[in-house]
Amino acid sequence: MSMSTRNVEIVVGLFVAIGLAALLMLAMKVSNLADISGENGYRVHAFFDNIGGLKVRSPVTMAGVRVGRVSDIGFDGNRFQARVTLSIRPEFDRIPSDTSASIYTAGLLGEQYVALLPGGAEKNLAEGAEIRLTQSAVVLEELIGQFLYSQGKGDEGSDKGKSTF
Amino acid sequence: MSHEPASPRQTRDAVVEVRGLHYARGSRRIFDGIDLDIRRGQVTAIMGPSGTGKTTLLKLIGGQLRPARGSVKVEGVEVSRLSRDALFDMRKRIGVLFQSGALLTDMDVFANVAFPIREHTTLPESMIRDLVLMKLEAVGLRAARHLMPRELSGGMARRVALARAIALDPMMILYDEPFAGQDPISMGILVRLIRRLNDALDLTSVVVSHDIRETCSIADYAYVIADGRVVGEGTPADLENAGSGWVSQFIEGLPDGPVPFHYPGPDYLDELLGERA
Amino acid sequence: MIGAIRLLGRRGLSFFERLGRGHLFMAQVLAAVPAALMRVTLVVREVWSVGVRSLVIIVVSGTFVGMVLALQGYNTLVDFGAEESLGVVVALSLVRELGPVISALLFAGRAGSALTAEIGLMKATEQLDGMEMMAVDPLRYVVAPRFVAGVLAMPLLAAIFTAIGVLGGYFVGVGLLGVDDGAFWSQMQAKVALGEDIVNGVVVKSLVFGVLVTWIAVFEGYDAVPTSEGVSAATTRTVVNASLAVLGSDFVLTALMFN
Repeated sequence: MSMSTRNVEIVVGLFVAIGLAALLMLAMKVSNLADISGENGYRVHAFFDNIGGLKVRSPVTMAGVRVGRVSDIGFDGNRFQARVTLSIRPEFDRIPSDTSASIYTAGLLGEQYVALLPGGAEKNLAEGAEIRLTQSAVVLEELIGQFLYSQGKGDEGSDKGKSTF
Repeated sequence: MSHEPASPRQTRDAVVEVRGLHYARGSRRIFDGIDLDIRRGQVTAIMGPSGTGKTTLLKLIGGQLRPARGSVKVEGVEVSRLSRDALFDMRKRIGVLFQSGALLTDMDVFANVAFPIREHTTLPESMIRDLVLMKLEAVGLRAARHLMPRELSGGMARRVALARAIALDPMMILYDEPFAGQDPISMGILVRLIRRLNDALDLTSVVVSHDIRETCSIADYAYVIADGRVVGEGTPADLENAGSGWVSQFIEGLPDGPVPFHYPGPDYLDELLGERA
Repeated sequence: MIGAIRLLGRRGLSFFERLGRGHLFMAQVLAAVPAALMRVTLVVREVWSVGVRSLVIIVVSGTFVGMVLALQGYNTLVDFGAEESLGVVVALSLVRELGPVISALLFAGRAGSALTAEIGLMKATEQLDGMEMMAVDPLRYVVAPRFVAGVLAMPLLAAIFTAIGVLGGYFVGVGLLGVDDGAFWSQMQAKVALGEDIVNGVVVKSLVFGVLVTWIAVFEGYDAVPTSEGVSAATTRTVVNASLAVLGSDFVLTALMFN
């Protein structure tokens, strides 16, 4: 048990180093440290009728590649729409100003994200710009309602057809 | 009990003065008004039956406990009124030998004796080595300095603790039951050491013990404490001639007397022949 | 009936008395910490005794906990076709809860009980008294270095436990069960936040647990009845009380942090 003081100090130093290395490993490999460092992007706004389950820090993608993330979600009382602020990484600075933004669902667990579809305009999006073309999230109840409604319409049509014979 | 008239030796100045000391632990009254003096340069014995609080007295002198009433003065200063720093300063000048030695178990003999020196001085290691060797030589254990406390016999551990107690050249040493449970050889060694160190180093020694013969063989003055009071004091010769009561039962080791043999209770015949209790 | 009420009252009063004594004790220890920090050798020795010697149980337990998490997580997720999210499940469970809590419980059992026994034994063999009479403050020399060492060691042990657990989960999930390597890490990285999860979970929680466990351990040792039964009872109390404190404070912290 009685080790020389110098050996004890060396071992304790190693212990502290291993502990800090573990902490570092957690920070780098396990968490989103990489993302946080890329948080200094430029901001654009988009207005949606319904954002569904979109959350702050949800990804913003283009052609499937992550180009930024949602940095803020608010409600605009004048337009009665949701105002979503997208923070786009500075390296993606040539996105046309008529790009559209849609809210899609990824995977079965329903994580939602914003997908950008590029337009063809000459000018690019800049800090504070607004994306005009948006497509809201798909809400399950509306989908069902549409389906039932179109079913009902279909029946009527076929009935009419039958009665003329 | 009346005190002896002042003898010439009692004109030396008192290093420790205890006046009207009262102390209780819980509901048990340990000291009920004690007066005693520890004189400079002498070996003073404090004797009494087990459990009379002799160790408590040492703790009161050292400031670990506070009296309920009365005063305990060391070199004229009231111990219980000292600030923490002043108390620590005082303690550096008093060596204590605990019953079990109380050596620090995670360091060897050398480090144990060096401990107070290292903690309280900034002497260089070479000087510390010399000092430790000298202290260990005084107790005859210089060659044992690399042993660990668990490798020492009881007597050796106490001698190391003694070397540690004199490490800072104190002015007074308190011995708590130094002879308890020792074989005759160790006892003899310790007895001689206590007396020799007291005289050679110009110390004042307080020996708390119930080993009458050994203690009286080296004490200059003795107090007998029983029932929370001083029941006898004087030189060992005075006490041997005391004649009656507590003191003589204690000094002569009589089985029955003021301290009864039978635990107090009802009469023997009544219990045997009477109702089942 | 009256006797039971009186007993309850006495127990209650003694509980509060100990609680008060424990807090007063902590105040004294904290006052002694700056002096202890200057005696680096003492602190280093205690970090070795308390931290390094707990490494084996922490590493082994961390590995197994991570591996079991991967097994159980996979079994549940596979029903939803969501086994790609295994990395998230393993990492979040470990970082937010199991890492700090289990390593604190193991620490209480291994290091906490050892601290209590050490200090209690020093008290029983009059070493603490001896120190006091040599004008060395036992709080500064014996207690405070151990307290500092415990608080320092706890987050390091929790980090090691969590990291090893994630690796254990990786080994089972990707290595044995066939979850996609890229998905395991990328989904995990997307969902585990540095600030909220790792700092809150591993660092802050384990610091709080370290303070609680070490505090209880040194107090029980210092307050122990100086006999062999007394020290043994104190050691048991340390493990029980420290474990309860960890679990209780975990609930409070989780409610505050992850709500």
